[in-house]
Amino acid sequence: MGNDLFCTFFLTLDMILYDRFVLDNGLRVLVHEDPSTPMAVLNIMYDVGARDENPEKTGFAHLFEHLMFGGSVHIPDYDEPLQRAGGENNAYTTNDITNYYCQLPAENIETAFWLESDRMLGLAFSEKSLTVQKKVVIEEFKEHYINKPYGDVWHKMRELAYTRHPYRWMTIGKELSHVENAHIDDVKHFFFKHYRPLNAILVVAGNVKLENIKRLADKWFGNIPMGDKYERNLPKEPQQTAARQSEVYANVPLDAFIKTWHMGARLDKGYYVMDLATEILGGGGSSRLYQSLVKEKQLFSGIDCHHFGSTDNGLVAIEGKLVKGVSLETAAKAVEEEIEKIQASLVTETELQKVKNKTESIIAFEDMGVMSRANSLAMYELLGDAQLMNTELQRYQAITAEDLQQTCKEVFRSENSNTLLYHSK
Amino acid sequence: MINRKSAPEIIDAVNMKLQLKPYDHFILDNGVPVYSIDAGAQDVLLIEWVFYAGNWYEDKNIVAATTNFLLKNGTQKRKAFAINEHFEFYGAYLNRSCYNETATITLHCLNKHLPQLLPVVAELINECIFPEEELAIYKQNQKQRLEVNLKKCDFIANRLIDEYVYGFHHPYGRYTSTLDYEQLNRQELVEFYKRFYTEGKCLIFVAGKPPADLAQQLNHSFGQLSINSHTLPEIQFNCEPAETKKYNIINDADGVQGAIRMARPFFNRHHPDFQKAQVLNNIFGGFFGSRLMSNIREDKGYTYGIHSYLQNHIHNSAWMISTEAGRDVCGATIEEVYKEMAILCNEPVDDDELDLVRNYMVGSLLGDLDGPFQIIARWKNYILNGLTDAYFYDSIQTVQSITAEELQALAKKYLNPEEFYELVVV
Repeated sequence: MGNDLFCTFFLTLDMILYDRFVLDNGLRVLVHEDPSTPMAVLNIMYDVGARDENPEKTGFAHLFEHLMFGGSVHIPDYDEPLQRAGGENNAYTTNDITNYYCQLPAENIETAFWLESDRMLGLAFSEKSLTVQKKVVIEEFKEHYINKPYGDVWHKMRELAYTRHPYRWMTIGKELSHVENAHIDDVKHFFFKHYRPLNAILVVAGNVKLENIKRLADKWFGNIPMGDKYERNLPKEPQQTAARQSEVYANVPLDAFIKTWHMGARLDKGYYVMDLATEILGGGGSSRLYQSLVKEKQLFSGIDCHHFGSTDNGLVAIEGKLVKGVSLETAAKAVEEEIEKIQASLVTETELQKVKNKTESIIAFEDMGVMSRANSLAMYELLGDAQLMNTELQRYQAITAEDLQQTCKEVFRSENSNTLLYHSK
Repeated sequence: MINRKSAPEIIDAVNMKLQLKPYDHFILDNGVPVYSIDAGAQDVLLIEWVFYAGNWYEDKNIVAATTNFLLKNGTQKRKAFAINEHFEFYGAYLNRSCYNETATITLHCLNKHLPQLLPVVAELINECIFPEEELAIYKQNQKQRLEVNLKKCDFIANRLIDEYVYGFHHPYGRYTSTLDYEQLNRQELVEFYKRFYTEGKCLIFVAGKPPADLAQQLNHSFGQLSINSHTLPEIQFNCEPAETKKYNIINDADGVQGAIRMARPFFNRHHPDFQKAQVLNNIFGGFFGSRLMSNIREDKGYTYGIHSYLQNHIHNSAWMISTEAGRDVCGATIEEVYKEMAILCNEPVDDDELDLVRNYMVGSLLGDLDGPFQIIARWKNYILNGLTDAYFYDSIQTVQSITAEELQALAKKYLNPEEFYELVVV
């Protein structure tokens, strides 16, 4: 077996321990042993998301995720044998990645290897599955983005904020017709381009033993052809030089205000700083925007500040619904005043400590579940190094009030902003 | 070469030995019972204060939910902002939720901050003042939120189907209008709070890695409060199910999907058929491999998802089918649901499918018991429903031993189309 790159990490107590090895075909495998659970998790992350789609065929990465359940070369039905082994599974697609995970009693972990390796080997490419899953995805599209008040906000905002980078469409797709027009040849092409061992990361976690997982990984995944490395070459979003604004009139009961700014990529220092800034501005009942604009000035009935956790340069957003009778101009101005405040003076030590404490809690709670640990390990490995999972908190703790001020000055510039005024018709 | 066509050997989950970890139990000086699960690896803690303060006990619509919501909005010592800032500063999450019989305060925190947090939770139970301006903001924002929700077909459908099954006067069937918010007044909240929180009946659930002095810490902050000073009022409600069974409602003329709900009244967990019905429900629409999912999503593509379930209520329940389907296939979806009911009534489930469902149910139960928060959630459900761990072992026994004949008899008894309410909201 090809474990020449095998290495072991010895870490301190609070860290997530894992072993890592690489098969001859390039499949990276991480094993995280946790004997306290009776379960095992098998997680496969593929290095493909909606950003890798053809602009004329959007929504495909997500549609494809559905097709992964439509049978593989040797196994007509993925779900049934897994359920028979006492397991459950799901998957999700983002703009950056596609992730598949299943959990089952640890004794039956080989069933998961059998199922996952067969669909990496090849799909059944059934026309029937494609026809049905196109319909299912169209209903999903309607349920979440059409048949809901404000459901199209992020479609519109992405198109406003991005001119070239493929983040300008949502994972569900730009329009229904792209999903409707998907063809079986597109499915085959996509599969062999992206779903190869070289472009995947396998994480096995739970009540498992490293030696056994090495044996199983080699047995089931070892002879899958490695495929070509997918070289990502996405158009870069040019630096925005002037503020953009768009207005929408829709059949909704309340006006809504949505504004975004371009921010740092996932591993930039600015990303971590902005993550804390969103907490100071919009995280919880003691955040600045909530206290000032919902409670004191009563301009918004609710307000959020968040970012998307994107791998490439992403967006930070402030969005809220207005109290009836308040104009969008007044609301925009009040948001601007809060932005100016955070740029003009340093955040207080209490505020900074608060958001660092919150971050510590979030990480502790996230790490409780073995499924969540497996998913994080895969994500960090994909970002370049699974070990990042154990150094995240330090990166947050190193941030100073001056860092926050500087990043807020850089990001929250008018010429870097995109505003969507969503009017109630 | 490995044989990829045949599945690896498995151990049938159904034969695995499942244990429900017992709780530690102690009683505070004022009689408040504490149930605690110590099963954590991380130094984190979940504490939940459960009060019998749900809408079962309110005299006027939405008083219980409003009281619960405003627990964080001002005490004699602290304004809303200061309360939020205190919990957030320690990286803690303090949530509150109102249900039918009960209403809760939930704290998630790191163990090391517990001494700073518990006294302030006690303050919320003992010293809330419900400021007028906080109530006014709440009313305004809740009315607006309601207005947005009323545009959603699934929101409307969820309200109406409960009203049909239980009647609007029953706490399970009641819902809120703009007028209800307008008619709220502060005095009602103050009285409800005193009766059902400050002097109300309370249980405490703890899970994670509790510190050694947990009992002392809880007793210090809560053991001297006046909670548990009254017995609960005995209140009974009769269900008043609607006469008409079928409803079609147009909420949005341009809607592209319909929210479908089908439901029949059912019993609570103490009924001898309840656990068996859970198995039948799984086959019918309870998981991804169920008949409804296989047919209506995976074969026909009418919907992104369709589910059936028994509602988790204490007094009585309903057997519910729920989906959002394309507007032009709502009729066809309902027809397929009835077809699946008929098949369950007319044909015994074959061994293969029944084995699969048994393994799936036990396997997912095993997964559900993974972690202290999950274990305490199950215990809480049992305790609030007046059940013991015998219920847990009985339900596994039922999954292991129920026969195809019993399931068919059960289907004939309960899956009768004429007993189901049927609602489509576009």
